[in-house]
Amino acid sequence: MNAAPLAVLIVDDEAPARARLRDLLADIGAELPCVVVAEAQDGLAALEVLQQHSADVALVDIRMPRLDGIGLAQQLAARPGGPAVIFVTAYDQYAVRAFELSAIDYLLKPVRAQRLLEALRKLPQGSADAAALRRLAPEGRHHLTSSERGRVLLVAVADILYLKAELKYVTVRARDRDYLVEESLTALEQEFGERFVRVHRSCLVARDAIAGCERESGPDGETRWVILLKGAAERLAVSRRQWPHLKALLRQE
Amino acid sequence: MARKMTSIRQNQELIRLPDFGNIGVWLRVLLGVNLGALLVALAANNALSQLPSEFAMLAATVEPPLIASLVLLYALRRRLENLGVRLAVSLVLAIALATSAAGYLLLAPLQALSAAPAGILRAMFWAALAALLLLRYFSARARLQSPALAEARLLALTARIRPHFLFNALNAVLAVIRSEPRRAETAIEELADLFRVLMRDNRDLVPLSEEIELARKYLNLERLRLGERLQVRWDMESCPPDAVVPPLMLQPLLENAVYHGIEPAEQPAEINIRFARRGEQLLIELSNPAFAGSGDHPGNRMALANIRERLALFFDLEATLETETGDGRYLVRMTMPYRSGDRL
Repeated sequence: MNAAPLAVLIVDDEAPARARLRDLLADIGAELPCVVVAEAQDGLAALEVLQQHSADVALVDIRMPRLDGIGLAQQLAARPGGPAVIFVTAYDQYAVRAFELSAIDYLLKPVRAQRLLEALRKLPQGSADAAALRRLAPEGRHHLTSSERGRVLLVAVADILYLKAELKYVTVRARDRDYLVEESLTALEQEFGERFVRVHRSCLVARDAIAGCERESGPDGETRWVILLKGAAERLAVSRRQWPHLKALLRQE
Repeated sequence: MARKMTSIRQNQELIRLPDFGNIGVWLRVLLGVNLGALLVALAANNALSQLPSEFAMLAATVEPPLIASLVLLYALRRRLENLGVRLAVSLVLAIALATSAAGYLLLAPLQALSAAPAGILRAMFWAALAALLLLRYFSARARLQSPALAEARLLALTARIRPHFLFNALNAVLAVIRSEPRRAETAIEELADLFRVLMRDNRDLVPLSEEIELARKYLNLERLRLGERLQVRWDMESCPPDAVVPPLMLQPLLENAVYHGIEPAEQPAEINIRFARRGEQLLIELSNPAFAGSGDHPGNRMALANIRERLALFFDLEATLETETGDGRYLVRMTMPYRSGDRL
């Protein structure tokens, strides 16, 4: 074990619950040196904090406004280098059953010092175990996140019309506006393959958002197929390679 | 003798009077008598095509005295409760006999029936028979529902209230115990009060003021962990000060409101509680901000089903519990017969 104290991030919407965890971490300091690098009052605030601080482990409450504990763990699992996650929950039979079924370790409130120490000692390496998270929440992430000037914004996956790969980012076209997301289009296609279909090397379109298709003449004078969208005026070019697959799909619907 | 609707206690008499102020009782009486009339019409029937008109004739003779008796019994219901059972049953029979005789005499000329004594006696016989059968039915029903069986159901229902907030509250108390020992003390005292009520014998109606006091203690505990995020507005302007209500209805509803309306809210959010008297009804409304999917959470549905069942055990058909979502808020509306604590 390395000599540097364990860097801990506390994420809970209740101030007394955060205070209690801080007290307990101080109590076990002699056996396991810890330092609380930051506290956050919900999952989104935790993501913002993590832009400035790095932590080894996050103690995460389940029920929180905006982005809950499971949502936070999913976001952390989708990016490299995040902290390990230990869930902390008040007794809730539905949550507890879900944890048991997916074999994810969790702490019950009121947390006891000894139990906290054990959990921190057998810390999983790296961010939350993606497979266990999928068992816990099979429907996957509900949101993508986008950073803008130090703030983190949530983009509901259900609101996304299409995703377009740019140089370093993916541009997400949601119903209201565009967002920049730091994830690869390939990884997003794998994660949300049910929901989106590839129409071009650099573009995924939400199946629900497709209104139809049309033939038009492209800038190079050649004719090509374009996708028309529900709720947006853009026309998205379909590549020659994807067209047969897309044609079959459109015919099914 | 405790009144049937305010207390669910053992009662062994062969015949017990139903609550004539209860709509459920009226409905059952009307249905029962008309079913009887239909059977009589069927028995006397020669041609099936004539049945509707024969039944209508019969119903026209039966209905006016029946409704007159019910109205009389409704008006006399408080006095009936204070009479002994024998006397009360005799009075019910007397009312049935008198209204049927009067009805026959008044209606006979219209229907071209003879005003002979035999006709009157026949009407009185049927009326007395119907009254006795119905009284028997209500007694049997009350025995089936109210004593041991209903009591067991009620106790089971009360025990099932989830102590979810216990763990949250304990966690909050543990958090302030070092920094604010006084506050922790108060919180544990309130917790003790709450559990004393949860574990007591909850078979009888309790003063509304007691329920409100309990709700305030519960909210104080929740405020310990939620702080300013939990806002509550009480609207008690038209709340009858002497009302009595079934125990432990408010606290589970508030627990739901906190769980679904306050905890998921990013900003401080408000729970509204309103009490009002509408004639003979007591209205209790509770609303909280609504968030996606919170209304049909299994915990919420279970708590509502529990309260609905307990309301039915206390008030039969006369209490209602409805929920609605609109304007971003989730509303629970309870109505029950207004009962004054003075008359208990």
